[in-house]
Amino acid sequence: MPLQVGCAARPGKARENKTGAWRVFRPVVEREVCTKCGMCALVCPEGCVEETEDETYVVDLDYCKGCGICAEVCPKKAIRMEREEK
Amino acid sequence: MMEIMEGSHAVAEIVKYCRPQVIAAYPITPQTHIVEALAQMVANCEIDAEYITVESEFSALSACLGASAAGSRVYSATTSQGLALMFEVCFNVAGMRQPVVMSIANRSLGAPLSIWNDQQDSISLRDSGWIQLYAEDNQEAADLHLIAYRVCEDHSVLLPAFVCFDGFILSHTYEPVDMPTQEEVDGYLPPFVPYQRLDAKDPLSMGMYATPEYYMEFRYEIDRAMQRAKQVLVRAGTEFSEQFGRDYTGLVEGYRLDGADTALVAMGSICGTVKDAVDEMRDAGKKVGLLKIRTFRPFPAPEIADALRDVGTVAVLDKNISLGNSGAVGTEVKAALYGSGIRVLDYIIGLGGRDVRKEDIAKIVDLAEKGEGDMFYGLRTEVL
Amino acid sequence: MAEVRQGCELFESGHRACGGCGPALAARLLLKATGENVIIVASTGCMEVFSTPYPETAWKVPWIHSLFENAAAVASGIDAALKKQGRDEKVVCVCGDGATFDIGVLCISGAFERGHDITYICYDNEAYMNTGIQRSGATPYDASTTTSPAGRCSLGNVHQKKDMPGILAAHGAPYVATASVAFPNDFMQKVERAVNTPGPTYVQVHAPCCTGWGFESGETLAIGKLAIETGLWVNYEMVDGEVVKAKKVRRKPVEEYLSRQRRFRHLFKPVRRDDEIAKIQAIADRNAEKFGIDIRRKE
Ligand SMILES: Cc1ncc(C[n+]2csc(CCOP(=O)(O)OP(=O)(O)O)c2C)c(N)n1
Ligand code: SF4
Ligand code: SF4
Ligand SMILES: [Mg+2]
Repeated sequence: MPLQVGCAARPGKARENKTGAWRVFRPVVEREVCTKCGMCALVCPEGCVEETEDETYVVDLDYCKGCGICAEVCPKKAIRMEREEK
Repeated sequence: MMEIMEGSHAVAEIVKYCRPQVIAAYPITPQTHIVEALAQMVANCEIDAEYITVESEFSALSACLGASAAGSRVYSATTSQGLALMFEVCFNVAGMRQPVVMSIANRSLGAPLSIWNDQQDSISLRDSGWIQLYAEDNQEAADLHLIAYRVCEDHSVLLPAFVCFDGFILSHTYEPVDMPTQEEVDGYLPPFVPYQRLDAKDPLSMGMYATPEYYMEFRYEIDRAMQRAKQVLVRAGTEFSEQFGRDYTGLVEGYRLDGADTALVAMGSICGTVKDAVDEMRDAGKKVGLLKIRTFRPFPAPEIADALRDVGTVAVLDKNISLGNSGAVGTEVKAALYGSGIRVLDYIIGLGGRDVRKEDIAKIVDLAEKGEGDMFYGLRTEVL
Repeated sequence: MAEVRQGCELFESGHRACGGCGPALAARLLLKATGENVIIVASTGCMEVFSTPYPETAWKVPWIHSLFENAAAVASGIDAALKKQGRDEKVVCVCGDGATFDIGVLCISGAFERGHDITYICYDNEAYMNTGIQRSGATPYDASTTTSPAGRCSLGNVHQKKDMPGILAAHGAPYVATASVAFPNDFMQKVERAVNTPGPTYVQVHAPCCTGWGFESGETLAIGKLAIETGLWVNYEMVDGEVVKAKKVRRKPVEEYLSRQRRFRHLFKPVRRDDEIAKIQAIADRNAEKFGIDIRRKE
C-alpha cells in the first residue's frame, strides 16, 4: 500500500491490531445473572462489549485486554475474571 | 498597472488577489506593514478572509496549519524572532504537506537584538521542508507570491513556501511595481483544491505518528516532492512569463555571465547592487558576472553548476553565518561545484543591516581573484 | 445509574492503550456525545500515541494532530476555515493535562479570548504519562511522579493542582465543566452541552491512569468515584463564569482514595504521615466548602 501523503490514514486499520493477545484474565458473563443494564458495554475502554440481537452482552475476545473494569462495575456481579489458559 | 509601492504594500496587495480564506499573523518589525495592510483590507471588505489576530507567531502558523488542513487557502507573514518561534510548526506544516505560503521580511536573529536585515532567519530553516524563494526587488517580491501558491498547491508538490524579501531594504522602500488586476491573477492562480482535508463526510486522520518502519519513507516522500517542485517551479515560472511578461523561467538567473572569469553568487536585494557593480566592472574591462539564486530550496545544484561551468572563480555573498562553519549558501555552492576545479570563496556580508555598497562588491571580486576569502567581509576591526 | 445510551462506536477497538486506561474510555465516551459531525484536534500524548500509529487510526471521525502544545491554535484555524466555507462540523480539542495546564496555555488563552466556536476537552490523568509519568500542573499535591519523586527529603509533588477551569471561565467561556469517566453519562451530557454551546467551551474529565497512578486496571472507575466521594475531585458546571451545579456527596476521608494508589504510598509507608494526609484532607475540605458539595444530614 503506498504511503498516504502527510502521514494520514483513513479509518479502519486499527482493528487489524488484535489486542486480545494481551489478555491474562478473561471476562466471563453469566447470562442468568445479567439484567442487561449495559454498564459493561458503556465503560469498556476497548468498546469491545457488544449487545447482541437478543439483548445480551458478549465480549469480543479479539480485542478484550482483560482489564476487569466490566467485572468491577457490573451491579449484579454477573461478570467474573478467569485466568487465560495459555 | 504600474504603481509606486512600498514593498510591504505590494506584497499585501498581491496576497489580496491570491484570495486567501484565512490569514493568521502576528506583528513583528519589519513585517508589520503587510499585516496592517491586510487587516485594513479585511476591515474594508476588500478581501473575503477570516483574519485571526493570534497571540503569537507560534499560534499564527498553527492556525494556518489547521485552516489549510480544513481545506482553505491560507497566508501568514513573519520574520526573525517570529520565524524562530515557529520553528517547530514549520517542520510540522511541511511534514503534513500543507501548502501554506508565508512572506518573510528577512531580518537578523538575536542576540544581539537587531531589527535590521540579513537572511539568517529563513536560511536557518533550510532543512524544514519549505520551498524558499528570494526576491531581488518589490516587483519580484509580489510576483513570487503568485508563483508560490501555484507551486505549493500543485498536487505533485504539496509543500509550504517562504517568499523572502529583505526587511527594510525592500519592505519599507518604494519602487515601481506592475500590479496585476484581480482578473489577471485569477487567470493565473486557480482556486485552491485541497488534496485531502478534514471533513466529517469523509473522515481522515492527519498527522499520525510513524514508527521506524515508516518514518524514513515519509521523509523520503517529502524530499521527492521538493525535487518535483523544481519542474513545477519552472513550469509555473514559464507560464508566468508568458502571461505577465516578466521572466521567472529559471531557478537561478545569470547576469552577464558570458565570458566571465569571476562570478558572484547572491540572493535577495543585494543582487541589485551587484548588478550595478558588475556593470561598472564590465565597463572597466573586468570579466565579472552574477548568478542570482532565486530558489534556495529546492536547491538548484545542477543548475548552479551548469551556469557557472565556464568561470574560474566564484565569490559567494552570504547574508548569514552558520556559526562554527561558514555561510550556508557558500557551503552549498561549494558542494554543487565539487570536482569542477572551480575555486569557490565565501564572504559573510551585511549581517544585521550592515550596508553593502557597489565598492564593496568590487573589493570582494579583487579579494576572490587573489584567492582570499572564506571570511567576514566589512568588519569594523577598530572596535574588535 | 442513569440510563445507558447506545450509539455507534466512533472510537475503534485495536488501539494500544494500557488495559483499563481511563483516557481511552474518555475518548470513546466523548465521541458518543459529539456524534459524527465533528473534527477532533489532538495533542501529543498517550491518547495520540495509542490511537494513531500510522496507518492504524482508531478514529472514525476526522482527526488531526500537530504538536504537543498547539491544539487550540490549530482548532482556531479550523474554526475560521469552516466559517469561511459555510460548514457546520463541531471542532473539539482532546488534549492531555500536560498539553492543557502547562505547555499549551498560551494557545488556549488566545483561542478562548478570541471566542472561537470550539470545545476543548482535557482528559486529566494528572501527569505526563506518555513520557513516563512526570509531574504536570495538574498533578495533585504529594503525588509521587518521576520528576516529583518521593524520597528521603521529598514527599512528592510540592504544588497543588492548577485551577484550569477557573482560568478558562475567567476568559469569558460561556460553559466550563468538570467530569469523570467514573460517571459516563454525566460526562457525555456535559460534552454534548459544551459542543452545542456557541463559543469556546471547556470540559475537564478526570481520567484515572492505572499505570501512572498505580492501581489495578479493573479499578479505574472505582478510583475515579473515590476521588469524587472524598472531595478531591469535584464535578461541577460553570455557566458564564458562575458555578451553577456541583455534584453533592457524602464525603469519605481522603485516605480511602490515597491509600489505594502507588503514587501516594509514601504517605503510608514506611511511616504513616498523618501530617501530610491532614493537609490533603484540608484540600478536600476547601473544595467541599467552595463548591458546597457536602450532603448534610437533615436534623
Ligand atoms: C514541545 C514538546 N516538549 C515535550 C514533548 C514530549 N512530550 C510528549 S507527550 C508529553 C506529555 C504529555 O502529557 P499529557 O498532555 O498530560 O498527556 P498524557 O501523555 O498524560 O496522556 C511530553 C512531555 C513534546 N512532544 N513536545
Ligand atoms: S475486561 Fe476490560 S477490555 Fe475486556 S470486556 Fe471487560 S472492560 Fe472490556
Ligand atoms: S499510561 Fe495511563 S493514560 Fe497512558 S495508555 Fe496507559 S493507562 Fe492510558
Ligand atoms: Mg496527562
